[in-house]
Amino acid sequence: MNAPAGKRVGADALAEKGWFATYKWLLLRRCSQFAILALFLLGPLYGVWVVKGNLAYSYTLGVLPLTDPYVALQSLLTGHVPEKLGLIGVAIVLLFYFLVGGRVYCSWVCPVNVVTDTAGWLRRRLGIKGSAHLSRETRYWVLAMTLVGSAVTGVVLWELINPVSMLHRGLIFGMGFAWAIVLAIFLFDLFVMSRGWCGRLCPVGAFYGLIGRWSPVRVSAPARSACNDCMDCFEVCPEPQVIRPALKGAATGTGPVILSSACTNCGRCIDVCSKDVFRFGMRFSNALPTSEVAAASAASSKS
Amino acid sequence: MACGVGMLGLGLGLYAKQTQALPALALRPPGALAENDFLGACIRCGMCVRDCPYDTLSLAKPETPVATGTPYFTARGIPCEMCDDIPCVKACPTGALDHKLTDINKAKMGLAVLVDQETCLNFLGLRCDVCYRVCPVIDKAITLELVPNPRTGRHTMFLPTVHSEHCTGCGKCEKSCVTEEASIKVYPLAIAKGSLGKHYQLGWEEQKKHGGSLIDEKSMVDLPDRVPEGVRLPGHYDPASGMTAPPGMPGSAAGPVPSAPPGFGGPTVPSAPPGMPGSVAGPVPSHPPGLGGGK
Repeated sequence: MNAPAGKRVGADALAEKGWFATYKWLLLRRCSQFAILALFLLGPLYGVWVVKGNLAYSYTLGVLPLTDPYVALQSLLTGHVPEKLGLIGVAIVLLFYFLVGGRVYCSWVCPVNVVTDTAGWLRRRLGIKGSAHLSRETRYWVLAMTLVGSAVTGVVLWELINPVSMLHRGLIFGMGFAWAIVLAIFLFDLFVMSRGWCGRLCPVGAFYGLIGRWSPVRVSAPARSACNDCMDCFEVCPEPQVIRPALKGAATGTGPVILSSACTNCGRCIDVCSKDVFRFGMRFSNALPTSEVAAASAASSKS
Repeated sequence: MACGVGMLGLGLGLYAKQTQALPALALRPPGALAENDFLGACIRCGMCVRDCPYDTLSLAKPETPVATGTPYFTARGIPCEMCDDIPCVKACPTGALDHKLTDINKAKMGLAVLVDQETCLNFLGLRCDVCYRVCPVIDKAITLELVPNPRTGRHTMFLPTVHSEHCTGCGKCEKSCVTEEASIKVYPLAIAKGSLGKHYQLGWEEQKKHGGSLIDEKSMVDLPDRVPEGVRLPGHYDPASGMTAPPGMPGSAAGPVPSAPPGFGGPTVPSAPPGMPGSVAGPVPSHPPGLGGGK
């Protein structure tokens, strides 16, 4: 199942497509993550106030309010209704992530993603195999717990310990000991559990995943017949379980679009595939590729 | 797994309960809801921090004993300058800082308490007055109450006295207190303010509201007062002589006794400690020459 010994993930793609095409989406994502952070830092560092606030709520150029709907929902459950700007911010963010994919927040915005991606990369390079097991459904339980807990305690519960907001807030407003929590997540992902934080525990990602349950923008594998089973996409994907139904769906007549809400639309599978099997597409174009339809009808006429 | 998440939830819940107790030195921005409501309303965005022109506010770091990410300030650090337009409140997107607060003088960020009379220079008989002078609500939130100085017997002490009705808790008094550790401090209201209890009624207030006495004064039985022999209290019936002394100063029970005989109220009688509530009328002076102590 693993790539041949001594061969790095993406080596085929590097050889066939070149460096830029192998890292295109990764570079774009890092640009997006750091650009968003830079916008937030322009104010406190250089006095240029494009964006004020942080990922919980921000106000851009005095016109665009953006509110984290997960934090807002917890606050709502404690019995508090935000002011008008806060509510408009929630609506804008919900609409945006519904359109582009809920977990686009995770892979294109969240600063912790850089930390856990680094841990995942180091884990591969160091060949660390052992990993504690925890269901990927755990995050939904944590999500439910934080929502019920907020209602019961009257406190925006997850924000007391949320490493995502701690890191982002820390970078902008002063870090304090938040670095220790970020380091703990890095070490946890590196040594204890592969893709442990983002893939199994984080309720923020779980929440955004649910927002994007029916998002139109999805990664698809229209050229899946070209797959040579190199397994590089499975190796590099933070949620590898989402790939199989789409990539190997020809046998069961499943369409080529990755429909799972856990997919973060990070595009790494597109990058590392030397056969260009994957591309960004729409969830509606989920019909079987024409070659497969022909093959299927041929098979059925034979029988 | 569900069990583990449940335990995490319980732990978080306990932690949440703990954070609801705001530490004594952390003050919330103007207009902040009561702490319990505030922790459900504040989404930790830091907009108030950004719009504060004096960098008064900060967001709590994980190691700060304030709910992580929520805004607070410490009076001895940078106090609130009480901007007229209250930009921090306007910036709040959730109303955790109540937008109904439009007059900064009505803010209740905390309450100043003169915590240490033993180190307050004015209580030592000096004229420091700094807390009184810097108070943005001078002569309302802090007044100087004049009390005879029992130590010197010939001077006046100007005791800084805080009035909770007007104190906004901005913290300027604590910031500027000249003693090494501030003798006047601003605490969150929940810590600083006492509560009388609903069953207490202040007779004189009720009387004022009613426009007169609420009882039939005539049917009151005036019991004899236990006073040293020969002393007459103004307005009181003395069964021995069958006389009622002429009325004296109203409400002057704690005041000096006008008809004190020689020796009464002399140096051996301990005077009431200065600064006790209601002592404005003054403890019995410790007899400087010529002030009623002589024969």
